[in-house]
Amino acid sequence: MSIWNNDFECMSRDELEQLQLERLQATLHRAYKNVSFYHHLFNTIGLIPEDIRSLADLANIPFTTKGDLREAYPYGMFAVPLREVVRIHASSGTTGKPTVVGYTRGDLKVWSELTARVLAAGGVGKDDVVQIAFGYGLFTGAFGLHAGAERIGASVIPAGSGHSQRQIQIMQDFRTTSLVSTPSYALHLAETMTEMKVEPKSLHLRVGLFGAEPWSENMRKEIEERLGISATDNYGLSEIIGPGVAGECHEKSGLHIFEDHFYPEVIEPDTGRVLPPGLEGELILTTLTKEAFPLIRFRTGDITSLDYAPCPCGRTLVRMARVFGRTDDMLIIRGVNVFPSQIEQVLFEIEGTEPHYQLILDRKGSLDELEVWVEVTEAIFYDEMKRQRELVELIEDRLEATLGLHCRVKLVEPRSIHRSEGKAQRVIDRRKWK
Amino acid sequence: MLKVRSLYASYGFVQALKGVSLHIKAGEIVALIGANGAGKTTLLNAISGLHPPIQGEIVFGGQDITGLPPEEIVHKGISQVPEGRQIFPRLSVMDNLLLGAYQRCKRGNREEIRQEMDTVFKIFPILAERRAQDAGTLSGGEQQMLAIGRGLMSRPKLLLLDEPSMGLAPKLAREIFHIIGSLRRAGTTVLLVEQNARAALKLADRGYVLETGKVILEGSAEDLMVNKEVQRAYIGKGYREVWEE
Repeated sequence: MSIWNNDFECMSRDELEQLQLERLQATLHRAYKNVSFYHHLFNTIGLIPEDIRSLADLANIPFTTKGDLREAYPYGMFAVPLREVVRIHASSGTTGKPTVVGYTRGDLKVWSELTARVLAAGGVGKDDVVQIAFGYGLFTGAFGLHAGAERIGASVIPAGSGHSQRQIQIMQDFRTTSLVSTPSYALHLAETMTEMKVEPKSLHLRVGLFGAEPWSENMRKEIEERLGISATDNYGLSEIIGPGVAGECHEKSGLHIFEDHFYPEVIEPDTGRVLPPGLEGELILTTLTKEAFPLIRFRTGDITSLDYAPCPCGRTLVRMARVFGRTDDMLIIRGVNVFPSQIEQVLFEIEGTEPHYQLILDRKGSLDELEVWVEVTEAIFYDEMKRQRELVELIEDRLEATLGLHCRVKLVEPRSIHRSEGKAQRVIDRRKWK
Repeated sequence: MLKVRSLYASYGFVQALKGVSLHIKAGEIVALIGANGAGKTTLLNAISGLHPPIQGEIVFGGQDITGLPPEEIVHKGISQVPEGRQIFPRLSVMDNLLLGAYQRCKRGNREEIRQEMDTVFKIFPILAERRAQDAGTLSGGEQQMLAIGRGLMSRPKLLLLDEPSMGLAPKLAREIFHIIGSLRRAGTTVLLVEQNARAALKLADRGYVLETGKVILEGSAEDLMVNKEVQRAYIGKGYREVWEE
């Protein structure tokens, strides 16, 4: 598995920090000069960009939030005149209303470089046939990775999202070697293959690059086994650039952040305090080279930790842990903080369940109730009541042990939970006060 | 090879550099572009020790050289070719060149200096032809060659070139740029300040855009060449477009 850009992905930390400082200062000057939001922000705190003399000084600047971006809708955060913007995307809207982002010609060049790095790290080369099963549209996923795959010189199939049977047909006929999609959709494709009686081994699939939603190590194993591929994680968000912020290498132990273009920090979400490497908190990103849409200390809402230890792959870039969840999909149930990914983890460890589940939150009287709907295998579903009850008890006990919270578990028929072709909708919150 | 971190310099109350950071790797040609008064020359003077910075850090070959006197900085391997040539018109071409090796004359070793002069004469054969002539009788282009040759006499690792094409006819300017390109091939690293951004970026590997004492862009020369902000600054048009009024 090759390294796309040795000069930048493997530069010494010392050189990298010098480059980051130079690019950070240039970004601050441009943002201060060209974006009124940042001009006011600096004025409010009584600083000018020149006051940032080291990377550590960055901590003196307040965060930029998704709310700030919404208020600037649509073009308020752009740092160049619209005539220099050659592409417009909008956030995938995991939370709230979308935000509009723009790219100059230079930004697009950087973007394809970065997604090429992601794809190369995941094992894609110029001889590969890459099937992009993301929606082509305002969402950045498809266009971003598409451009990177083309830059590598691979053969790119812009399959788009959905139409699972056709996706599999394409895989068969076009001899797809690399799949780009969300992890949940990859699992859905695996299921569809079973329905269609297509043996994954008969396909040419070799690698899969999955992103756009949090997933677990167990889910990786499941995808790898069912599709017979090597699956890597990649990370990005449209506000920052889209996919291409970070990507896993073949070591599969953390995602390398492309620090020559983005400066990462991890903070304690409540206090905003910068945390030392290794501790879990909210990821903060500052763009270092973006021209049209620079962001300074953007709160991603994603929870992760940073590891500066050298990686055996040779890259010197910091690794972020697989995103554990979002600060904003954290559920507070009877005062207990719950991440859907914790529940997923438990379900994966239990035999007889499928990797599809849904959390139904409701309020009975003054108490929150969490109901977990779990798909079970065909065998269990048609099994006797006693075994089903045992399974329910087992899941409830394990969940209680993990979450410190009792919840009701309901077993449902295989394939009865609605399959999303994009991000899986894991949580249905019916609580009135929401 | 060279690392500059958050450099500040001023003339009286006027701040000329406001936290400039840049780096040059061995073997690179790095272009510094920007309008008049952006701080380009001040930055070169700060690096060469002619105008010591108030704050910040200059590290050359792993050594902190911030605030060292110019002669020590020359000795460390940085040589500056000033704007407007600044040769000594009443001295011969040869004597002008020898002045470039002044540091080494003091330390003896005439053989080395002779070798150095041969190298300079190889790069600029016209200087060899006119070695006995007063430098003031040379043409503008020849004077620029003499200035560069003088800079090379200290056998620098890093050459700071300030506006080498200034006041030269296009043909001569091209020739000078051609020579700068050949210096790199001979192993000299170059920091090039130029008004002619296009020519400088064509020659350089990377560049920095300076604006009122601040670096507003860093990038490969190729990327900067097509950057709209560079084009705007280079053309000198105001930033705000008509539609923004």
